Amino acid sequence: MAPAAAGDVCTDRVVSDRAVLTFRSIRRSFRSGKRCVEALKDISLRLLPGKVTGLIGPDGSGKTTLMRTAAGLLPPDSGQGRVLGMDIVRHAPAVQAAVGYMPQRFGLYEDLTVQENLDLYADLQGVPGKLRPERYRELMHMTGLEAFGRRPAGRLSGGMKQKLGLACTLVHPPPLLLLDEPTVGVDPVSRRELWQIVDRFVREEGTTVLLSTAYLDEAERCSEVILLYDGELLGQGPPAGFCDHLEGRTFVMRVPGMHPRDLQAKLAALPAVNDAVIHGDGVRLLLAPQMSAAADKLLPGVVAELQAVPPRFEDGFVALLNQRRRQANRPPVVLQPVSGARETGGKSDGHAIEVRDVQRRFGNFFAVKKVNFFVKTGEVFGLLGANGAGKTTTFRMLCGLLPPSAGKLYVAGVDVRRTAAAARAKIGYMSQKFSLYGSLSVAQNLQFFSSAYGLKGRRRSERIAWAFQEFELAPVADAVSATLPLGYKQRLALACALMHQPDILFLDEPTSGVDPLARREFWQRINLLAARQVTVMVTTHFMEEAEYCDRLAIMVAGEILALGTPSAVKRRARSDGCRKPTMEDAFIHVIQSREMRPGI
Amino acid sequence: MISRIIALVIKEFLALLKDPKSRFVIIGPPVAQLIVFGYAATYDLTHVPYAIYNESPCAEARALAARFRGSTNFSEVARITRDGQIAPLIDNRKVLLVVHIGPRFGRDLQQRADARVQIILDGRDSNTALLAMGYVRKIVNDFNLKWATQHGLPRPFARLVVRSWFNPNLLSRWFIVPGIVGLLTLVVTMLVTALSVAREREQGTFDQLLVTPYRPWEILIAKAVPGFAIGMLEATLIILVAIFWFQVPLMGSLPALYTGLFLFLLSGIGVGLMISSLSVTQQQGLLGAFMFLVPAIILSGFATPILNMPPIVQKITLVNPMRYFMVIVRGVFLEGTPFHLLVSQFWPLAVIGIAALAVAAWLFRRRLY
Repeated sequence: MAPAAAGDVCTDRVVSDRAVLTFRSIRRSFRSGKRCVEALKDISLRLLPGKVTGLIGPDGSGKTTLMRTAAGLLPPDSGQGRVLGMDIVRHAPAVQAAVGYMPQRFGLYEDLTVQENLDLYADLQGVPGKLRPERYRELMHMTGLEAFGRRPAGRLSGGMKQKLGLACTLVHPPPLLLLDEPTVGVDPVSRRELWQIVDRFVREEGTTVLLSTAYLDEAERCSEVILLYDGELLGQGPPAGFCDHLEGRTFVMRVPGMHPRDLQAKLAALPAVNDAVIHGDGVRLLLAPQMSAAADKLLPGVVAELQAVPPRFEDGFVALLNQRRRQANRPPVVLQPVSGARETGGKSDGHAIEVRDVQRRFGNFFAVKKVNFFVKTGEVFGLLGANGAGKTTTFRMLCGLLPPSAGKLYVAGVDVRRTAAAARAKIGYMSQKFSLYGSLSVAQNLQFFSSAYGLKGRRRSERIAWAFQEFELAPVADAVSATLPLGYKQRLALACALMHQPDILFLDEPTSGVDPLARREFWQRINLLAARQVTVMVTTHFMEEAEYCDRLAIMVAGEILALGTPSAVKRRARSDGCRKPTMEDAFIHVIQSREMRPGI
Repeated sequence: MISRIIALVIKEFLALLKDPKSRFVIIGPPVAQLIVFGYAATYDLTHVPYAIYNESPCAEARALAARFRGSTNFSEVARITRDGQIAPLIDNRKVLLVVHIGPRFGRDLQQRADARVQIILDGRDSNTALLAMGYVRKIVNDFNLKWATQHGLPRPFARLVVRSWFNPNLLSRWFIVPGIVGLLTLVVTMLVTALSVAREREQGTFDQLLVTPYRPWEILIAKAVPGFAIGMLEATLIILVAIFWFQVPLMGSLPALYTGLFLFLLSGIGVGLMISSLSVTQQQGLLGAFMFLVPAIILSGFATPILNMPPIVQKITLVNPMRYFMVIVRGVFLEGTPFHLLVSQFWPLAVIGIAALAVAAWLFRRRLY
C-alpha cells in the first residue's frame, strides 16, 4: 500500500469524534525579524488509537511545532484540531491537562533526587497518595532506576535521565502521550529500553503515542509513520507502505579489493542508480525502476558480489525526496567523482593522529579514561557513542581546546600539548551546532576564516572563490548566515573549515538532524576529501553513519570498548541468535559484555 | 600575523555593529545618560515659582519687585491682593515662596526706619527652600546697596565679596557634564568588552575561534580594540557636546585630557575583559559589569565628594580608576591643569590598567577550557 498523500487523509476517512487526535488544515508560522517561517503548512492527520505513531523528519521540519500544537500549548494560525474530543484552541487548558507531553529537554530538577522528581510530578498531576507506592514500584522497575532512587537527577547518565523523564510523564497515565525526540543522543541499550517501556504502556494501558524522532531506523518500530519535511506532510501510513514498492530494487554490492568509497563513487554516478551509500565493506544500492534485471551488469568488467536486501524506510524517504526534487525541477547534486583509483597503502602509512594513554578528569569524574588509538593518514575514522560517553571531550583535547590530564596526543605529528597553535593550523573543525558568526554575511564569514588561518593576497582570494564555487554559495553571498536554511549553513561551515586545506578534518556530529539527501551530499564531499589523503575524524551517535567510516571506535563511559573496521566490529557481535548483527547490535553487545566484566 | 589580527578586529566590529542588541548598548545608555545628567541632574534652582503680594503703591516697592521679576532664578506666576490667597498657593505647590511687601514699605524706607519685606517659604523641601532663600537674600542685598548709594547713606561696615574661581556663576552643570565623559566611557567600554566573549560562548562560536591558529593573547587584543575605539569615539562625542551644546569651557589642553582618557580606557577594558573571561553567559557578563560599575561610580567623586566619605572608604577609592579620571577631566575642563600637574593621576591609572589587563590575560588563558 502506498502511503496516503497529504491532502486526502481526512477526506477519505470519516472523522469520528472518538478519534484521539485529528488535525484539519493546520497552519502555523513564526516570525523572526523580517523573516516569516512556515513551520506547518496545511497539515491534516489523525492518529490510530492505542498505537505508536512515529513523527519522522529532519530538524526544522516542524516536528516540535506539531507536538506543541497537539499538546494545546501553541494555537495554530488556522485550521482545526481536536484532541481527545476537545478543541485545541477553545479548550487548550483542558487539553494540556489531559495529554502527557515530554519535551526534548524534559524539565527534571537536577538537584532533586530521582524519588523527589517522581514525587513532584505526582503532586503536579494530582496522583492520589494511595496509588503512588504501587505506581512508583512499577515505573522504577520498568525504567531500571530502582537502585538510584536517592541519586540527584543531575548525576544520572543521558539515557537514565531520559528514562526518568518518561517515568515522570507516566506517573499519571495519560490517554495520549506526546514524546518529542525521546531517543536522540541516547545509547542504544537505553534506547531499546525506552521503546520497551513505551510498547508496554501501549499494550497494557491502551495509550496512544505520538513519538518524534530523527532516527529513520526507528520508523520500523511504529505502527504508523507521519513523514514531515519542510512543514509539509509527505505521507502517512504504516512504515512498510513507504518502502514496499521498492521491493527488488535494493542490493548490497561488494567488490573484493576495491575500497567501498571508490565503489560508491563509481556507482553513484550511474543513471541506473538512484541511491548508493557505503555499508560496511560494501555499498548499498537503490536502483532506478525497471533496472533490477541489470543489477549485475552495472559495472562491466568488474567482478562484484551482489546480494539482494529488503528495502528499508530510509530508501522510501530518499525516493520521496528525489521525486520532490524532480518536481521542483532541481537537479540532483552531482559532485565530481574521484578520478583514478585510490592509492591503497603506499605512502599513507603515517599516523595522522596518535592518542596514547590519554585521560581527562573533571574533579572526581573521569570523562576519558586511558584511551589509546591512532588514525592513519587519509582514513575516515569514526568515534561512536552516546551523549556523555566522552566523545566530545576526546575531540576537544585533539583540537587543543582542552588539555589532557595525562597522556600524549599527537596531531599531524605535532604534540598538541606543547604547540597547540601550530597543531591547530593543520586542522579544520566543524561542529554539530552552527558555530559561525550568525550576524555576519556568508562572504564576511569566509573572509574572516580565510584570514584567521593566515591566508593572504592571491591565495586568499583564490580560496574564497573556490569556496563559493565548490559549495554553491555564490547566490547567498550577502545573506546573513543565521537566516540560511540548515543545508546552506552546513555547507558554509564545511567551507570555512576547509579554507586552509587542512591535513585533518574534525567533524563533531556533522549530520545530526539533517535530511537523508543532505547527509548523502555531505558524505560525498567527505569521501572526496578522503580520496585526496585528508584524514577525517568524525563523532556520531547515528549507527548508520558509523558504516561510512574506514575504522571506528565505540566509546562508552570514557572508555574505548571496540575498535576496528565496521565489519570487524559487527562480526564480534555475531552469535547463534543474531547471524547478521547490525551496528546497533554490535554496540549493545559491547555494552553488555562490559557489564559482565568482573569488577564493574 | 598582523593581518590575522586585523581580520579578527574587523570581525569583532561587524559582529558588534550588526547585532541590534549590542548596537543598542552603544547608543542607548549614552543618549539616556547625557539627557539625564545634562538636563535633569542639577543642583541649581532656576525659575522658582513665586507670587508677589505688593500692598505698597510706591516706586521703591515696584523697584524691588522688578528685581525679582528680572532674575532668571525666579519666575512670577501670580500677583495677589489679599492675605487669604497666600495659603492656597503654597499648599498646592503653585509657588515656592510669596514675597509680601507691606503697605508701609515705601514710607519706612524714606523715613530710614526698618522697612520690612516678608518672605513666606514652602519649607517642606528644606534644601530647596534654603537655596531659594539664598537667592532672595542676594536680591535684597543688591537692592539695599543700590538704595544706600543713591541716597548717600553709610554702607554696611563689613561686607562679603564672593568670587568663585573656575565656575564664577556656580553652575552645577559645569561640574556634572565633564564627569559624564568618564561615566559614559566607562559604562560603554565595560558593556562592550564584558559581553564579547560571553556572546561567543553563548552562540557556540568561541570553540570555532579557538580551533583557529590564533593565540590567546591575539584574541584578547582583538577583543580589546573595539571597546577601546568605541570608548574613544563616545568620549570625543561627549566632549564636543559638553563644549558646544552645554557651553562648558575647556580651559586645559586636549593632549592632557586624551592621555588620561587612554589610561582610563586601558583599566576599563582590563576589568571588562576580566569579567568577560569569567562569565559563561551574557547575563553573567552584564551582572558582573554592573557589580563593578555601580560602586565605581559612587566611589569616584562623580556626585558626592570623596572627602565626605569615611576614611576607610576613601582608601578603597584608591583602586578605583574612575576616581583619578574625574580629577583629570574636571581639572582639564575647568582649571586648565597642565600635563605635568596631572602626572600624579596618570601613574596610578596606568598601574591599575596594566594590572587589570595582566589579570584578564591570565584569567583568559585559564578559563579557555
